[in-house]
Amino acid sequence: MEPRIVLETRNLRKEFNGLVAVADVSLQVREGELHAIIGPNGAGKTTLFNLISGVLPPTAGKVLLRGRDITGLPPHQIARRGIGRSFQITNLFPNLTVLESVRLAAQARGRRSLYFWAHYRRYREYEERALAIIHQVGLAGREHIPARALPHGDQRKLEIALLLATGPDVLLLDEPTAGMAAGEIPLLTDLIRRLREEGGRTILLVEHKMDVVMNLSDRITVMHQGRILAEGTPAEISADERVQRAYLGEL
Amino acid sequence: MEKTGFPLWLRRHWPGLVILTLMSLFPFLAGLAMGDPAAVPPEIQGVGRVLALAETGRAKFWQGMVIQMFILAVFAMSYDLLLGYTGVISFGHAMFFGTGGYVVGLLVKHAGWSAGAAVGVLLLVALLQSLMVGALSLRVKGVYLAMVTLAFAEFFYILAEATDFRQYTGADDGLHGIYPPPFLSPTDHRTRFYFLALVFFLTMYLAARRLVNSPTGRVMVAIRENEARAAMLGYNTFVYKLVALVAAGVMAALAGALNAFFNLGVTPSVLSVATTIDVLAMTIVGGAGTLTGPVLGAAIVHLLGYWLNRLFGQTWVLLFGVTFILIVVFLPYGIVGTVQARSWRWRAVWRERWRRIKEGRKFPLPS
Ligand SMILES: Nc1ncnc2c1ncn2[C@@H]1O[C@H](COP(=O)(O)OP(=O)(O)O)[C@@H](O)[C@H]1O
Ligand SMILES: [Mg+2]
Repeated sequence: MEPRIVLETRNLRKEFNGLVAVADVSLQVREGELHAIIGPNGAGKTTLFNLISGVLPPTAGKVLLRGRDITGLPPHQIARRGIGRSFQITNLFPNLTVLESVRLAAQARGRRSLYFWAHYRRYREYEERALAIIHQVGLAGREHIPARALPHGDQRKLEIALLLATGPDVLLLDEPTAGMAAGEIPLLTDLIRRLREEGGRTILLVEHKMDVVMNLSDRITVMHQGRILAEGTPAEISADERVQRAYLGEL
Repeated sequence: MEKTGFPLWLRRHWPGLVILTLMSLFPFLAGLAMGDPAAVPPEIQGVGRVLALAETGRAKFWQGMVIQMFILAVFAMSYDLLLGYTGVISFGHAMFFGTGGYVVGLLVKHAGWSAGAAVGVLLLVALLQSLMVGALSLRVKGVYLAMVTLAFAEFFYILAEATDFRQYTGADDGLHGIYPPPFLSPTDHRTRFYFLALVFFLTMYLAARRLVNSPTGRVMVAIRENEARAAMLGYNTFVYKLVALVAAGVMAALAGALNAFFNLGVTPSVLSVATTIDVLAMTIVGGAGTLTGPVLGAAIVHLLGYWLNRLFGQTWVLLFGVTFILIVVFLPYGIVGTVQARSWRWRAVWRERWRRIKEGRKFPLPS
C-alpha cells in the first residue's frame, strides 16, 4: 500500500523583490516519517517553513495538508489544523516563566481560552500537561525562570516544549540544535528520535549536523538556491554525486 | 502544620483588608480631623455628629479628592488592560471616558431618564463603540494603531465641540446639570457618593483582576510578549485584543459616567488627547502591567497635580512633566513594577541562599 501523503507543496514559490528564495518546490511528506531538509545557508529552508506555516504568503504555488488546500491561511488556523513549528532564531515570550509559556501552549490546544470569567488555575490539566512536557525536554527545575533569563541551550529546549505542548501531528523543526553546546545535542536528538518512534507524528526537520540527519531521517530532501537538488533515503543521498559537490563537499 | 481555610486566606489578604478598612473609615476619620465643628449644630452628638462632620469643611473636600482618585484609578486600570497587559498602545482612550459622560448626560438631562437606566444603555453603547473601534483599528499595529485610535477620539471630540449640536451638548461650554438621584447627590450627601465610588472602584478592580488571571488574560499577556508567536501556538490574536479593548472601553465608559455624575456635568476636554495623556502618565508612573500600579499612579498624579497647581499656579504642568520624566528614568517599570521586580530578585537571591544552606546540611563539606 502506498504511504499516505500528509503534507504536500506544489510548485511553491517565494520571491523577495526579485530574489527567488523558494523556486517552485514540490515536496511530499509521508505520514509518520521523519523527513529532513538539508542545504547550505540561504538555500530557502526557513522560507519554505514560513510558507507552510502561514508566516509568509507564497508568490505562487500551493500547500496541501491531507489533500486540503491551506495556502494563505493565517498562522493560527494552520496551527489549529495540527501543524506546529519551532524557530531557528529563538522566538519566545521573554518575560513569561517556562511553566507559564508551556502552559499557554497547552491551553492553545483546548477550547477554554475565552473563559474570561474563570481563574486560569482552575484548569489544572493544562498545567499538568505543561509540567510533563517540561520534564520531557529536560527543563525540570527551571519552571519558574523567565524565558529571557535562560541560557541559550535551555531556550532551545523551551522552543521545542512550546511546540510539543500544542500537540501537533506535523512538526516543523527549524535547526533545533542551532547554537547549542555540543554536550547538549544528544539530549535533543534523543528527544527527536523518541518523538519519531512514538509514532503518530510526521516530522519535517531542517538540520545542519549531518550525523544527526543521517541517523534520524527516513527521507532527505536537499535544497540549493531555492530548488530541490535531490531527494532520497539517507543512503541514496550520501551516495549522490551532485549533493557531494553542492553541499556535503563544503563541510 | 499547614494553615487552611480562613487563617490562610487572612494571611494572604491582610494588606488588602487593611487598605479596604482604611478606605471605608476615611470619610469619618476625615470628618473628625478636618470637619468644621461650627457647621454642625451642637445638639447633634455621637455617631450622628461624626456623620455630619464628614459633610463639612475640608473633610468634604478631601472625600471629593478621593472620589476623583477612585474614578481615575478605574480609568487608568482600564487603560492598562490595553497598554500593560496586551501591549496595545491606544491614543484614543479618552473617547470611551468621554462617551460615558456624554451618553448618561444626554439621557439624563435631555431625555429625562433615570441615572440607572442611562448607565444601562451606556453599557450597550460602550460595548458597540469598542467593538466597532476595535474591528477597525486592531488590524494594524504599533504607531498605526495609535494613529487610528487617535483619529476616532478626535472625531468624538470635534462632535462634542460642534456648535451645530449646542442645544444638546452645550458645545465648548459642555453639558451641565447631570444629576444623579437626589439621595446620592455629591453635593448634599458626599459620604454616600464616596461609598458609591468606593464600591464601584472595588468591583472594577476585582473584575479586572479576574480578567487578567483568566485563561483569556494570560493569552493577552502572551500577545504583549510576542504576538507572532502567540499566533503560531494557534491563538487568533485579533479576538483576544478585541476582548481586551471591549473590557477596557466599557470600564472607561463607566468611569466616565461616574465622573459626570460627580462633577454634575462634562466638558469636551474629557474627550481630548490631554485626557489620554493623563491616563497614560498614571499607568506608566504606577507601573504598566500591574493593577495596583495604575491605581497608585492615578492617586499620585491627581494629588501631585493639585499640590503643584496650588504652589506654582499655571506652571504646574511643566513641573509635572519634569517629575514624570524623572519617574520614568529612575523607575523604568513604574513604582509598583520596579518594587515588584526588586522584591522578586531579592526573593530569588534568598531562595538560592536557603537552598545552599539546606544542601550544605545534607552534604556536609569534607573536613
Ligand atoms: N523576509 C525576507 N526578506 C528578504 N529576503 C529574505 C527574507 N527571508 C529570507 N530571505 C532571503 O531568502 C533566501 C533564503 O533564506 P532562508 O530561507 O533563510 O535560507 P535557509 O534557512 O536555507 O538558510 C536568502 O537569500 C535570504 O536572504
Ligand atoms: Mg534557516
